[in-house]
Amino acid sequence: MSDTRQTTAADSNTAARRNLRGLVASSEIDTRLAGMVAALVVIWVGFHFLSDGAFLTSRNLWNLSVQSASIAIMATGMVLIIVSRNIDLSVGSLLGFLGYVMAVAQARWIPERLGLGFDQPYTWAIALAIGIVLGAAIGAVQGAVVAYGGVPAFIVTLGGFLVWRGLIFRMGEQGKTVSPLDTNFQLLGGGPNGSLGEGRSWILAIFGCIGAVASVWLARRRRQRHELGMRPLPFDIGFAVIACAVIILSVWLIAIGYESPINGLPTGVANPVVILILVTVVVTYLARRRRFGRYVYAIGGNPEAAELGGINTRRTIMMTFVLMGVLCAVAGAVQTARLNAAVTNLGIQNELDVISAAVIGGTSFAGGIGTISGAVLGAVVMQSLRSGMVLLRIDSPSQDIVVGIVLVTAVSIDSALRLNRRRTAMISLVVGLVLAAFIIQTGRQ
Amino acid sequence: MSSTHAPTGTPLVEMRDIHVSFGGLRAVDGVTIDLFPGEVVAVVGGNGAGKSTLVHTLAGAHPADSGQILVNGRPVTIANPRDARTHGVEVIYQRLALADNIDAAANVFLGRELRTRSGALDDSAMASATRDVMKRLNPRFQNLSTAVRSLSGGQRQSVAIARAVHFDAKILIMDEPTAALGPAETVQVRELIAQLKSEGIGIFLISHDIHDVFDLADRISVMMQGRLVGTVEKNKVTKDEVLAMIIMGQKPASAS
Repeated sequence: MSDTRQTTAADSNTAARRNLRGLVASSEIDTRLAGMVAALVVIWVGFHFLSDGAFLTSRNLWNLSVQSASIAIMATGMVLIIVSRNIDLSVGSLLGFLGYVMAVAQARWIPERLGLGFDQPYTWAIALAIGIVLGAAIGAVQGAVVAYGGVPAFIVTLGGFLVWRGLIFRMGEQGKTVSPLDTNFQLLGGGPNGSLGEGRSWILAIFGCIGAVASVWLARRRRQRHELGMRPLPFDIGFAVIACAVIILSVWLIAIGYESPINGLPTGVANPVVILILVTVVVTYLARRRRFGRYVYAIGGNPEAAELGGINTRRTIMMTFVLMGVLCAVAGAVQTARLNAAVTNLGIQNELDVISAAVIGGTSFAGGIGTISGAVLGAVVMQSLRSGMVLLRIDSPSQDIVVGIVLVTAVSIDSALRLNRRRTAMISLVVGLVLAAFIIQTGRQ
Repeated sequence: MSSTHAPTGTPLVEMRDIHVSFGGLRAVDGVTIDLFPGEVVAVVGGNGAGKSTLVHTLAGAHPADSGQILVNGRPVTIANPRDARTHGVEVIYQRLALADNIDAAANVFLGRELRTRSGALDDSAMASATRDVMKRLNPRFQNLSTAVRSLSGGQRQSVAIARAVHFDAKILIMDEPTAALGPAETVQVRELIAQLKSEGIGIFLISHDIHDVFDLADRISVMMQGRLVGTVEKNKVTKDEVLAMIIMGQKPASAS
């Protein structure tokens, strides 16, 4: 009697679970991304309480957004490189080199050698263009050696790691700090004036909302036209509403809520964040809606199949490195502009942060798996950890230990879930949390 | 060599005196075979006989060192898979050359994506076209938008075949098409081959399975150690005679 009752209870339990799973499947929610958002919320709330309410403030979150931008910009490109089963160890050095070249271009070449003077309205654009073209060219060289020369990407970019950093000292400045920079160029870094301000931030938020609603509606209409199955309408509406709410609330509470320490006016969304949003939209479009991206993922899934499918795999691989070079230039501009100076150690260890962001964001070294939005979230997770630990006054070596633990924990949870080993995932989570908590607790000064 | 074949006219494909070496190994050593429209020619032989290597040169998977390939009587150069496709050659590979991480439609159109006017991928159009091809091949197939990793062997084979069929192949190369399949799925593939044949498509069938070969092929080309033992008409030989060709390299008396 009690036996049967138990089985029916168990049955209804599994049935409920199956229903839930069916619901999740029909909503086509990216469960991995949802898990990351949940983890981020836990980290934020955790630090908020540990720091006695210092974390979830406009000021802290605004700074967090600016600090995450440069790594996140590069991480979007690193996803495509890792998805196609390569790696780029040179991004930190390349960022340093390109940042230095852009600084020298605007502070020495254009005003002095060409005799055009400082702070011309076009200086920032020329400097940025030089960086982007040079970044693309260097990416093309590294990519060509990988794709056409058949040298492993690890080796090629390890060489690049040494070469680009070393070249900074051969720029005719003997490694001196180049400063100050063009006033317009500085705006790229999100300094005191490098934000959208209140009005333009609201315009950005409204465009973001329109974009989210339009993409949901267009996808729906396309599927309808081809008589394909569609997501239940409530899910689509719910998704659009939530996306709009998140956009408007974050602009309102973080960007508008943060009053500039200089003039007391609402700061608005910082320029590096605007650049990051643009980069994310463009790279996501390339990855998901263009042949280039489709080929990158196909190569990562099965290089042989891609080749036999008639894909020009070498050119595709080379183009991932070109894109990476361009993104290094953009991130380099953001970092130098923010410092208002180019220094020789700019971007040191950035390659590790960028790779970690991509990997924490769900990019798999086995190839073929990874999302741009995941990598951006990964960068935010890492920066949240760092900034939270700074608030708790945890020394920098202990911060490194915690980030290292989180990196390995995140990846082991991810791979355990891929193999459907829930217990292993739980164990990894608990072990990682305990270790991280121990380091944080003992590292407080 | 192939002294007897029923079809007349220009062959769809002629491969003349093909040589392929890998390092010092002569994988294919002066082989000549041909294929007529609506015909199935089985290429058989033991492991390492060179049958896959021979046929894959037609697919552009690797180039021949020397020899000539004629399609509809015209000499052509096939240096890569794209060249092969422009001449109507489609391949269904033994190890199911699919990218596991992308969905069925993306695999069917891999390398030949449909695009919108702006040049973006037209995923809905590709999904819809895939659904239409699948209706013909495997009506139960529904998982158009899940990664092919999660599909069964038969479903994956359907995807591979859909890829060839959708693009109006004239010459189809099937490398062990039933090796990864269960009995019911094998029957399905056999029916499909019969159908493609009736549409005038020429098929090279690479197979280990002597039953498959006798059920499906019109002619049988036997290879051994990179050389062609001979090409025989299925109706004029017995299974034992073909086995003797495969194992000992002996041409049957009836065919010579």
